[in-house]
Amino acid sequence: MPEVLKAPLVVEFPFTRSLGPVQSAFLTGLRERIVLGVRTGDGRTLVPPVEYDPVTAEEIRDLVEVAPTGTVTTWAWNHAPRRDQPLDTPFAWALVRLDGADTALLHALDAPGPDAVHTGMRVRVRWAGERTGAITDIACFEPYDGSPAEPTGHTGEFEDPITGIVARARLDYTYSPGRAQTAYINALADRRNVGERCPSCRKVYVPPRGACPTCGVATSEQVEVGPRGTVTTFCIVNIKAKNLDIEVPYVYAHIALDGADLALHGRIGGIPYNQVRMGLRVEPVWTEGGRYPDHYRPTGEPDADYDTYKELV
Amino acid sequence: MARDLPVRDIAVVAFGQTDHRRTSEELSEVEMLMPVLHDVLAQTGLKTTDIGFTCSGSSDYLAGRAFSFTLALDGVGAWPPISESHVEMDGAWALYEAWTKLLTGDADTALVYSYGKSSPGPLRDVLTRQLDPYYVAPLWPDSVALAALQAQALIDAGDTDEPALAAVAVRSRDVAATNSHAQLQGSVPQGEYVVRPLRTGDCPPIGDGAAAVILAAGERARELCERPAWIRGIDHRIEAHGLGVRDLTDSPSTRLAAEKAGAFERPVDTAELHAPFTSQEVVLRKALKLEGGVRVNPSGGALAANPVMAAGLIRIGEAAARIHRGESDRALAHATSGPCLQQNLVAVLEGDPR
Ligand SMILES: [Zn+2]
Repeated sequence: MPEVLKAPLVVEFPFTRSLGPVQSAFLTGLRERIVLGVRTGDGRTLVPPVEYDPVTAEEIRDLVEVAPTGTVTTWAWNHAPRRDQPLDTPFAWALVRLDGADTALLHALDAPGPDAVHTGMRVRVRWAGERTGAITDIACFEPYDGSPAEPTGHTGEFEDPITGIVARARLDYTYSPGRAQTAYINALADRRNVGERCPSCRKVYVPPRGACPTCGVATSEQVEVGPRGTVTTFCIVNIKAKNLDIEVPYVYAHIALDGADLALHGRIGGIPYNQVRMGLRVEPVWTEGGRYPDHYRPTGEPDADYDTYKELV
Repeated sequence: MARDLPVRDIAVVAFGQTDHRRTSEELSEVEMLMPVLHDVLAQTGLKTTDIGFTCSGSSDYLAGRAFSFTLALDGVGAWPPISESHVEMDGAWALYEAWTKLLTGDADTALVYSYGKSSPGPLRDVLTRQLDPYYVAPLWPDSVALAALQAQALIDAGDTDEPALAAVAVRSRDVAATNSHAQLQGSVPQGEYVVRPLRTGDCPPIGDGAAAVILAAGERARELCERPAWIRGIDHRIEAHGLGVRDLTDSPSTRLAAEKAGAFERPVDTAELHAPFTSQEVVLRKALKLEGGVRVNPSGGALAANPVMAAGLIRIGEAAARIHRGESDRALAHATSGPCLQQNLVAVLEGDPR
């Protein structure tokens, strides 16, 4: 068996998230070097603050300022920081209970080494130079010997509160399509369409995925199908896709290749969009160096009889 | 007050799993999954068309592709249309959904499967995407880092120490030597710190794998299996998402789920715990009040093989399989999800008296 194909797959997403009143106050506060918590009905102060009491589920809105100094409640030494973590030199992850708070906040603690960190040690916030209203406005914590810092008496009201954050993420994968699709893609590079026949119902699937969706069994017998096929159904696309150099309107169709029992899809060219029809006979058009058909065009044959493809519509 | 017992007897009647490996890149998800599906169908003699309800668990974030579970459906024969559901969770939660479906009487049999290919992506980073997106995820604290915070809290509380954690690792990989599916077997070096205080040996292997079980109700279960593993109770509970709100040395959600599942009504002889990190076994033993007479993780547990999204279902399957084989009469199975044992499911399984 030839080696399976592999390719880098990068997934990036900038989720835009709106903030509730408590989250907004907390993150705006960080921008202004103020740490806010929220007071629960039973008088505890939660930092970071949430909008609903984790015990009673009561809505809580009572903001209260806490100190930027606190105590480590637990920690873990991270000698090999990973991409996007708060510090790029070895640091401790720490849960820190800020002075005035009853719960702990997770962040990085900048310390020279694990021997310099212990549960119960005193720390303070090191503010980021540029702050935007995000948890990363706290650059990290740092060791601190002094007594609790005095809160400024802030009310939690801000003139220009932030109302949302953009949560960026990037994950790097190595995608492999597996045995069946590797074989299909490799054959396409030779301008051949190769499907797989189900050993049970004898249907030929293209593109093959290695399983018959009707029988739920593995498919393995390779069968060359096409190159010609029949349009079983289609739609007319009127919106220009980003980064796609195709004039609109154009036709996107389901095409049943000769010998296949499943229609694949492709663009129809070489014919005005308003003349494409069910039953139209088409063939693939390959471009130089292309790894798959650029589009399908009419063969000039008479249209296929509806009965020959009705099972595939 | 006595607990309300299920209105219908439902049992695990078959269990199958892949050989878990660091990578299975030569196989697509459905190619990896299908032999396991065929295995459980063959054990019961059922055909895909005989199955009343199908439920699966997996995560798009492992694959890096949206709706990745739909392609796996080809492996269960989803045409003509079947009654099917999916949870973006470990398959243990898919089993819970299937169990409730059978309780309603809408189906007599259910196929539950789950799979995870962790090899394509950076698993430690991928798992950060399940965290609170406002205060925590932007810091990218990886799964080992969060478990290490919990381990240090346990050490500070005097609940364990590094040698005791190493002993959990050694015992797990030793017993896994008899589990041909396990990814790590026998002697594995405890290694260097990954995130202190956790060393390589305290962490689960990263790997790919799949599992499937078949559930059946009442007499149907007896027809399909010589000694069905009856689900006497099953429950799942969750704790606050804020790590700093929780006492990381304890797992009240596990204890409550176990209580609701009836785990404390009589002693169990076996416990399959989903504890990907050695330190989490310490927490779970305490929460579940497991005494010395209980065989904990005779399969080797998640420290021997941790296919994400399948490892919890495997705990239920392993517990059930011991009952099928007559090696257990009353077993507890536990599954977890989220950082530091945030969500916990407990099932109690019993064989017929002998
Ligand atoms: Zn078939």
